[in-house]
Amino acid sequence: MSKLTDLNLAQARDGLRDKQFSARELTQAHIERVAAADKLNAYVLQTPEKALEMADASDAKIAQGEARPLEGIPLGIKDLFCTKGVRTTACSNILAEFTPPYESTVTGNLWADGAVMLGKLNNDEFAMGSSNETSRFGAVINPWRGADQKPLVPGGSSGGSSSAVAARLGIAATATDTGGSIRQPAAFTGTVGLKPTYGRCSRWGVVAFASSLDQAGPITQTVRDAAIMLGSMASYDAKDSTSVNLPVPNYEAALTGDIKGLRVGIPAEYRVDNMPSEIEALWQQGIDWLTQAGAEIVDISLPHTKYALPAYYIIAPAEASSNLARYDGVRYGMRVAGKDIDDMYASTRAAGFGDEVIRRIMIGTYALSAGYYDAYYVKALQVRRLIAEDFTKAYEKCDVVLTPTTPSSAFAIGEKSDDPLEMYLNDVFTVTGNLAGLPGISVPAGVDAKGLPLGLQLIGKTFGEEDLLRVAGVLETAAQFTARADDWWSAE
Amino acid sequence: MTNKNLIAGATGDWEIVLGLEVHAQVSSQAKLFSGAATEFGAEPNTQVSLVDAAMPGMLPVINQKCVEQAVRTGLGLKAQINNYSVFDRKNYFYPDLPQGYQISQFQQPIVGEGTIDIDLDGGDVKTVRIERLHLEQDAGKSLHDQHPSMSFVDLNRSGVALMEIVSYPDMRSAAEAQAYVKKLRAILRYLGTCDGNMEQGSLRADVNVSVRRPGDPLGTRCEIKNVNSIRFIGQAIEHEARRQIDIIEDGGTIAQETRLFDPKNGETRSMRSKEEAHDYRYFPDPDLLPLSFSQEFVDTIAASLPELPDDKKARFIADYGLSPYDASVLVSEGENADFFEAAAAGRDAKATANMVIGSVFAGLNKAGLSISQSPVSADQVGQLVDLQSNDTVSSRIAKEVFELMFEQGPDQGKDPAVIVEEKGLKQVTDTGAIEAAVDEVIQANPDKVEQARERPKMAGWFVGQVMQATGGKANPQAVNKLVMQKLGLEE
Repeated sequence: MSKLTDLNLAQARDGLRDKQFSARELTQAHIERVAAADKLNAYVLQTPEKALEMADASDAKIAQGEARPLEGIPLGIKDLFCTKGVRTTACSNILAEFTPPYESTVTGNLWADGAVMLGKLNNDEFAMGSSNETSRFGAVINPWRGADQKPLVPGGSSGGSSSAVAARLGIAATATDTGGSIRQPAAFTGTVGLKPTYGRCSRWGVVAFASSLDQAGPITQTVRDAAIMLGSMASYDAKDSTSVNLPVPNYEAALTGDIKGLRVGIPAEYRVDNMPSEIEALWQQGIDWLTQAGAEIVDISLPHTKYALPAYYIIAPAEASSNLARYDGVRYGMRVAGKDIDDMYASTRAAGFGDEVIRRIMIGTYALSAGYYDAYYVKALQVRRLIAEDFTKAYEKCDVVLTPTTPSSAFAIGEKSDDPLEMYLNDVFTVTGNLAGLPGISVPAGVDAKGLPLGLQLIGKTFGEEDLLRVAGVLETAAQFTARADDWWSAE
Repeated sequence: MTNKNLIAGATGDWEIVLGLEVHAQVSSQAKLFSGAATEFGAEPNTQVSLVDAAMPGMLPVINQKCVEQAVRTGLGLKAQINNYSVFDRKNYFYPDLPQGYQISQFQQPIVGEGTIDIDLDGGDVKTVRIERLHLEQDAGKSLHDQHPSMSFVDLNRSGVALMEIVSYPDMRSAAEAQAYVKKLRAILRYLGTCDGNMEQGSLRADVNVSVRRPGDPLGTRCEIKNVNSIRFIGQAIEHEARRQIDIIEDGGTIAQETRLFDPKNGETRSMRSKEEAHDYRYFPDPDLLPLSFSQEFVDTIAASLPELPDDKKARFIADYGLSPYDASVLVSEGENADFFEAAAAGRDAKATANMVIGSVFAGLNKAGLSISQSPVSADQVGQLVDLQSNDTVSSRIAKEVFELMFEQGPDQGKDPAVIVEEKGLKQVTDTGAIEAAVDEVIQANPDKVEQARERPKMAGWFVGQVMQATGGKANPQAVNKLVMQKLGLEE
């Protein structure tokens, strides 16, 4: 393994500044590693020429002593982010070879801070999935595997991002989280996944799944890397009406390691039925680590938690059914000819969307229909408000909430793909954060009996990313998670 | 009380019940949720932003100017302004609707209930209640006549801001509906919130028509979509009401449906039935926060409202002593009212009103010009009124002078006094000269004199002859008096 691809973001940044290696060398090492990783299927488009061009520009900046925060750092970009002149498909056939003439605000922020694009990362089609098996480009494989060597899912929907970061196919990656799509894949791959507060990162130029829930964030190797990435990704954006106009703090500076007196809430309702004992044990381990670091543990109640998943699976599909109406074959992307306009719509959408996307469009359309709207959509919004109020009350007693990220470790490819409800249960600990708009982070905290990574989740207050990162940093230090997937997949 | 609006059917009288949904394009440089331009008549698809074309990941951002215009309109309609309102998505598929939904306001509109006083024939006024006004996006335009087998789409209009202004079903005749649209249009134009140009589609109406026996509950309504002229509104209503009456009188029932008016044959035809109606699946647009603004915002707009047609009309009646009819004609357009006020300053307002309505408006109308293109300035009209008031010219000559001024074209060359002087049109008030003319006519027509003594109305003929003989310059009152004297017809 090439040494340069072992570096995390903070190390690579410091090495570049100290001129231990050039941005071109760093990028070249990653390009080669990506090219040898076809088995993982993490990248759906590689942009090596563009990457080297950007790396050369970064070397020039560094030479001039004008290095920006992410100067020369090679990143993978989830294919949900529109990238100017670079094909963007949301991993759906319906977008065909769509190449945006514009750059999303988040990726624009990254390039403005000197980052280098290695290519576009796989994801579940339109970010709908928890296993990255619904992509038009096929399933992504987790670089981790158990003793039986069965291929495992990397989580979803940001499975390309989590797989790539875990396999060092990029120093870090962008991702998006609508119901857990950053945190769950991070937990499945031993990486750090940070979903910021809703409104912290602009949604402009990110292909929409469920507008009131979608939020961009990073998947990284370390908590510090997540802090650095968020500092560049976050911004107020007048082009996104739900973007919040607050200054972006220096998140890295928040990593003091000092959480003395900080109150950590443990929600009783997250002790779900049939939770594997090793998850239970890991959670207790997390409580112990934080106690040892001087935090105060507080029992809290989030009484409406059990309604979160059903509410989420009404609201997200409802919004999606409308958001995806624009993919109609008229202006861009795929078109299948029909005998009239309605036939063209139906044929195009039937051919262009995969089963899971169609399922959610159907659910969402149903939930918004006359006669069902009040019973489903309005009721789900009421639940959503109650869940947000649960957190508001809980945060009178605590500063962050600690939970497991997922109810299990990574499962095998195909294991749950025939059972949507079983698949949806993956989001049980993460959807509440989206419904309440709160920031959440998954930190790798241990491995299960199969040797697969498990994550602990911290949920913060609205715009409480600094506290969140500080506690995450303490967990990370305590957990000493150093296990790595081996390079079984490498063609090198 | 007899109701002149009732229309006769084969089996008795019927009453038409009408409610209107008017779509008024907001006057603004940019669209409701994007920065693209809104100018009319641009080349297809040249005023389309990424948002208007619904490219992936694009997001709407409310145009503050459009919000101001909606509030301004609400204030002009004396309506409830809702400081908190919500944008919803109205979902349906159509090629000229790129997002697959229209952003509109459903349950919580920006403006609530208000009123419009409409001006009816004979100076009557009727109050029509407004139910609501909401902001929404316009769709693009499908062009079906550009290619034998394909339709083209022009997205220039896609996303343009519209105000949908919904009335209660308070109107009872085509004339009332037309008066409503005229008045609404005048108010919008006064406010500067919509240019009211129906030909360009800036203002169009959906007309809800039902009929019933007087005193009965409301009948089933049909909605006639997108009628784009005041004349067509009248035709569509007349035709639709007659169609419904005929169906009911033949023992049928009215099916609730959406209909289209065809100007070619003056008829309405079915567009889609209630069963085919879309389920629009309205829900709050998650890309937009609820629209809220402070009372100060509303107050600032309120403080900048111009004088509106009703207030202006009342003032014209009170201050100038005009008839309600003349006043409403003058205030129907703000520029017309301004022209009148400029012309009437410091002189006989009634005479000025007569000349503005009778000569200026008539002349412009005939020439197809707007008031701003008038070849005769307000000041010149005023001067002409003065010449008439001080008996320099008769009213007939005044008309002639006006026409001469009008013909000199838009350079607004010669003032009326100059024309009167040059053409020798000054009124003859010299009794001696008039007397001579009268005598001449009497002497030349002894038979007519005989007739006039038996039928005093014949005196008018002599007056006419004298006026003709003097080239219209003789003072008509003086001529009249002398003719009566000489014919021995003095009262």
